[in-house]
Amino acid sequence: MQDATAAALEVRDLDIAYRVRRRDRQVIRGLSFRIGQGETFGLVGESGCGKSTVALAVTRYLPENGRVRTGSIHIGGQDALAMQGEALRQFRTRSISMVYQDPGRALNPSIRIGAQLAEVFEVAGVPASERMDRVEAILGRVRIVDAGRVMGRYPHELSGGMLQRVVIAMALAVDPTLLILDEPTTALDATVEAEVLDLIETLRAEMGSSVLFIGHNLAVIRRMCARVGVLYAGTLVEEGPTREIFSHPRHPYTVGLLRCLPRPGLSKHQTRLDTIPGFLPTSLADVKGCVFAPRCGLAQDICHTTEPPLIPVAEGRVSRCHFHEQAPNLPRTTPPAPPTNRKKIPAFRPVIRADNISKTFGSAAAPVYALRDVSVEIWPGETLGLVGESGSGKTTLAKLLMGLTPPDEKGIIELNGQKLAHRATARQPAELEALQIVFQNPDAALNRSQTIRGIISRPMKKLGGYRGAALTERLSGLMSHIRLAERYLPMRPRQLSGGLKQRVAIARAFAGDPRIVVCDEPTSALDVSVQAAILNLLADLQAEQGVSYLFVSHDLRVVRYISDRIAVLYLGRLMEIGPAEAVFNGPHHPYTESLMAASAAEEASGQLRLKGEIPSAMRPPSGCVFHTRCPRKIGTICETTEPELVQREGDHGIRCHLDLDQMGRTVTVEA
Amino acid sequence: MGLYRAIFYRLVLAVVTLLLLSVIVFAGCQILPGDVGRAILGPFADARAVQALNHQLGIDRPLLVQYWSWISGMVRGNMGMSYTYRAPVAPFVIHAVLNSMKLAAIAFILVVPLGILGGVVAALKANSWIDRTIVIAGLSATVVPEFVSGIVFIMVFSIWLHILPLTGTAPRGAGPVTQIYYLLMPSIPLFMILFGYIARMARAGMIEALHSDYTRTAVLKGLSRRQVIWRHVMRNALLPTITVIATQCGYLIGGLVVVETLFNYHGIGSLIFSAAKAKDFPMLAAGILVIGTVYVTVNLIADLLYSALNPRISFGGSR
Repeated sequence: MQDATAAALEVRDLDIAYRVRRRDRQVIRGLSFRIGQGETFGLVGESGCGKSTVALAVTRYLPENGRVRTGSIHIGGQDALAMQGEALRQFRTRSISMVYQDPGRALNPSIRIGAQLAEVFEVAGVPASERMDRVEAILGRVRIVDAGRVMGRYPHELSGGMLQRVVIAMALAVDPTLLILDEPTTALDATVEAEVLDLIETLRAEMGSSVLFIGHNLAVIRRMCARVGVLYAGTLVEEGPTREIFSHPRHPYTVGLLRCLPRPGLSKHQTRLDTIPGFLPTSLADVKGCVFAPRCGLAQDICHTTEPPLIPVAEGRVSRCHFHEQAPNLPRTTPPAPPTNRKKIPAFRPVIRADNISKTFGSAAAPVYALRDVSVEIWPGETLGLVGESGSGKTTLAKLLMGLTPPDEKGIIELNGQKLAHRATARQPAELEALQIVFQNPDAALNRSQTIRGIISRPMKKLGGYRGAALTERLSGLMSHIRLAERYLPMRPRQLSGGLKQRVAIARAFAGDPRIVVCDEPTSALDVSVQAAILNLLADLQAEQGVSYLFVSHDLRVVRYISDRIAVLYLGRLMEIGPAEAVFNGPHHPYTESLMAASAAEEASGQLRLKGEIPSAMRPPSGCVFHTRCPRKIGTICETTEPELVQREGDHGIRCHLDLDQMGRTVTVEA
Repeated sequence: MGLYRAIFYRLVLAVVTLLLLSVIVFAGCQILPGDVGRAILGPFADARAVQALNHQLGIDRPLLVQYWSWISGMVRGNMGMSYTYRAPVAPFVIHAVLNSMKLAAIAFILVVPLGILGGVVAALKANSWIDRTIVIAGLSATVVPEFVSGIVFIMVFSIWLHILPLTGTAPRGAGPVTQIYYLLMPSIPLFMILFGYIARMARAGMIEALHSDYTRTAVLKGLSRRQVIWRHVMRNALLPTITVIATQCGYLIGGLVVVETLFNYHGIGSLIFSAAKAKDFPMLAAGILVIGTVYVTVNLIADLLYSALNPRISFGGSR
């Protein structure tokens, strides 16, 4: 049946198409790769490259309109595509397991955790009397301490990190031939992500599993996988050992992708990010030569006519490029220097200032402090980065400034020195115009039934009072600023790509003359190449118009690139605030230090992992709210007395009992 | 908030709903045209006799007083005296409601399992001819009014084929089997109205659950199709259908006017219909309030059932 010497997964010449409106739309073409026993292979690519389709095909779970046209998939020597009925069921039971992106949706909401896990043992033929013991054992294996209690829970009663452990336990319960991890940490917080990755790594080493790791996060892939395949438009463009590929890429797409990432030490003041111009080909069937040629700065005539084969470029490395030797010299598509026509705004007072604002939900008897006594100010032309785990109060603070939720009575919010009404509905048009927001998900933020023209011109009419020719002129001026072609004006949001939609959302925010724009995770839903373009745009607009940003993000690299100052929130408290370099390099708050360590998870720093989860805001810990998870806790003083936010070295404030020289520093490794 | 507190809260809400209904019913009956005494005594009665009757019935008192005496009587279980029959309303209403419940129960027992089955089968065979047949047939049946389908069924089964009785009312002293036999025909039009609705809800819920990530997890675990459907799909798929069925339950009790009249069946529908015609205000108001009570109760039960089946609704309490 199973061949012990065969590859864990062998994909050969795979061609997959979806039937859409009676036409085949090819999504994977000529894909071949091999995962040896005990090997971890990463498949990396941006959305729409077909990486999830590969996982679906391997598990034989393609949607009804999906079809493998040619090629083969062998798992442990078994022909996966030939399997039917009972054999397919057995194959799914014993040979493959999968861990999914969103553990909350991967588990059945109305069945207890224990029962869902027990099913795995049931299909594996374990007698009913032993199943629950086996479940408890496997939960222990994924480091769930309180297994008995967790087994009695329903999925909605557990946190995302805990759920992902349960799903991993489920996947490893039968020791499969191949374990597929499809973006297993994308939906999790950075601190939880680091923990889950640690766990996967340990378990993999213990069990010697063979792993197919699918992801878009290059840093995570670099940490987890020995070998990597780069997928572009359904085509494998480069493959080889991960470290070599990421340090010396030999395909222009890989080169471009790596350049899009904001690296540590890079800031908007020094360099603009490089981007990849253009879009994915709409139809693979029409592609004559190299799929990447239309977007490639190195493309010659031959690239548009002849598809390159996978060319061996080094021991165990291949690249699908005619000019792979020149790939590292790919010309930049954006000028590296940031705009020099910087608009100088006299800065004698902050553009926005929040003084001691709090937000308390719930009743007086059981108050929930979503935000507690937070004071921040943002100066003209400056970006304040706001970081913290989910539940730390980032979004609440953004909403309070916007006036979407009123803060508790005593708090004061000032715009240009003028006191602002707590509710947006009570603010003046000029104040509304000055304070704008860009949301994470442009799909949800843009009205689907309006045209782009309608979306952008409405605030111009409502807030700026523009009409007729003046409106048209201002509209086209804005469109050229946002670098959005005017041909998009009559379209509706669904006709645009994710990046273009976010540009429209930014254009809407800039339709008036905003003084401060709240950016709530504006690039989290976007691919890295699109993210780079949006970050460049935000930085350029800031340089040209002197606008300020409150930039909320969980991605520390992005925050570091775009921000001048950083504020760190934990459980609604401001733990640290100061200039970006000081906050990132330290000495910094132990919480900031832990966030940095988690963000650098790909370098596997090992220490300083935040254990456990963020406590409930309904029952915040006594004393310093961070003491329950603090790696540098001093003693009882942390449990009894809440430290003040003390200004150290200039305007760098830290809320901690430690002295500066006792705090950690983070040495940035220039990548 | 604990479960008991939640139930208590819902009960209070139900009582408030019924009180509001009583006000609307009372006001509605005042607006009804015509003089009650005149309606009872006939057009040729002496004006003074009409006035005397009105005084005897108490309808010449101020409205607030009338409402108070009526509603306080209702709460104490005294539904008042029927104008038409000069007898207490309660026995009529109770008899009629029990009859209606019998009819509704038969229709319910037929339509709920078959409707769900139809929806489930349609979803499992989505986009096949079976699916299309069930969906189109269900939709077509729903839009046919019950007086049309009822008459067609009377023609076919009673007049031509002689296999089902013409009326819904079984002869006096008939056993339960005979009663059910008589109720089959009136329940068919109700079945037709509800089948498509329930089937469509069940189908939509099933399709959503079938495409969910947790179903994929279950399939990739290696569970058989039967296990996947029964354990993972059905429970989540049919939750929304429960709410729909509950609402329709209210309809089954309250919306029987046409069917009961057509099949000459003495249920609550035909009772309030004749009470309205005769301007028998106490009878009409009591009938409507009873229907309202049934409706509110059924919805309350459905809510509790839904939360019992759905662990995500725990009335805000954590264990």
